[in-house]
Amino acid sequence: MERNLMKGNEALAEAAIRAGCKCFFGYPITPQTEISAYLAKRFEAAGGVFLQAESEIAAINMVLGAASTGVRAMTSSSSPGISLKSEGISYIAGSDLPCVIINVQRGGPGLGGIQPSQADYWQATKALGHGDFQLLVFAPNSVQEMVDTVIKAFDLADQYRMPAMILADGLLGQMMEPVTFPEITSKPLEKPWATNGHGNKREHNIINSLYLQPDVLEKSVIDRFKRYDEIKENHAEAELYKTEDAEIVVTAYGATSRVAKSAVNMAREQGIKAGLIRPVTLWPFPVKQFQKTAETADKFLCVEMSMGQMIDDVKLAINCSKPVEFYGRTGGVIPKPSEILDEIKKYVGGAK
Amino acid sequence: MTHDILLAGFGGQGILFAGKILAYSGLMDEKEVSWLPSYGPEMRGGTCNCSVCISDEPIGSPLVLEPSILVVMNTPSLEKFSGSVKSGGVIVVDSTMVDAKVDRNDVKTFYIPATKLAQENDLAGGANIILLGKLFRETNIVSAETFKKAIEKVVPAKKAALAANNLKAVKLGLDYAD
Repeated sequence: MERNLMKGNEALAEAAIRAGCKCFFGYPITPQTEISAYLAKRFEAAGGVFLQAESEIAAINMVLGAASTGVRAMTSSSSPGISLKSEGISYIAGSDLPCVIINVQRGGPGLGGIQPSQADYWQATKALGHGDFQLLVFAPNSVQEMVDTVIKAFDLADQYRMPAMILADGLLGQMMEPVTFPEITSKPLEKPWATNGHGNKREHNIINSLYLQPDVLEKSVIDRFKRYDEIKENHAEAELYKTEDAEIVVTAYGATSRVAKSAVNMAREQGIKAGLIRPVTLWPFPVKQFQKTAETADKFLCVEMSMGQMIDDVKLAINCSKPVEFYGRTGGVIPKPSEILDEIKKYVGGAK
Repeated sequence: MTHDILLAGFGGQGILFAGKILAYSGLMDEKEVSWLPSYGPEMRGGTCNCSVCISDEPIGSPLVLEPSILVVMNTPSLEKFSGSVKSGGVIVVDSTMVDAKVDRNDVKTFYIPATKLAQENDLAGGANIILLGKLFRETNIVSAETFKKAIEKVVPAKKAALAANNLKAVKLGLDYAD
């Protein structure tokens, strides 16, 4: 297959078209605007609807409407814009609707900055809106993975009738790398629950997130959490790199995992037994993979472009059975491989 | 073998385009490549830079902090980045735009009046590609043949005249001995 150079944002947009996305609603914000720009140019010819909404809030509610009819719908934004969408995302989760939401993270809080960041981890995995719910959260670390995960995100969102998020960052969105587009083999699922025209040939469907009877609402939430259990069992993914004999295991996701891998390679060259575990899904968190790694590792070093958010999940995953140290840069600063190497050395007592 | 390349100058000089051509050249040679622009409130006249990695191995961090090759098109960029070039590295300077000299003897520095050459040869805006030509002459990171393929890939068919200009520009750099 031909390899082409594409920006992460553009490759993701192209992959969404190929995955059968039919509706995109968004509002521009750096550093994700190329997604909107690409779809504005290409989507109509591909049989899709591109609409620049008047606000992020309007856009996410348009996604709710489109998803209700059973079509694949997507929105994208960057950190402050995702906060605006949070109410709508909660409604989508409460209505059991599938959709894909892209967050190309930038520094925060507030308007923050426009450089790469990972400070929305808590928001994405714990509290993207009010109420008991989760999103599928994917953390690609290359332009090729941006493509592969958007396809997977649509499939799993449909399968489990829930929103899926791709948690990228400004670095992944802006960089160009070689990319190939896989042939899409999965067939779109039947959606008998969709509220579309049926000529009075069946009972009408209702999409709703309002349940005034506590016992009815409780049952709907519990049913949803049963599906979450199934997802946790079957769809948690991580990449393990040189962890078999590693004394210190660095853990990082997204763009930071690439910097961490460079640091691990530098450490190996100096005779330090370092490895890397990279969560590919952030929810579900790859608990089993962490537990297995903790059987042999002496120590973990969690590296993030934040003040330390994923580290809590790492500690929980391994039941605090091994020490978990932290190194982070925030506000849009990307950690250097040499900084991570210094941290690794600090915890293994210098080069051997 | 990994080349960590940093190109820097003012917005509007074609820094990002030159980086893109380099990355495509790596792609044509079946290498692993990455291209990362500085992005932000830059505009024409502001500073601008771009990291390109070309490697036989998968690329770790795409952000080039210690370049093995630095191409600079303005004085602030030379001042900012020349100290970070790896020992044994290469610096290519547009000497029309930069008065200063590199004060290091552990790197190879090449000066070429690229902007002046571009103006003299009716190739306005082609200084970036002339600099690449000089870089290819001195380093062999990309062959002239590969570069030609990359240009043909990047420049759309309906703008074929631009491809010819780029090929003319790269030749000026390739032929320039200082």
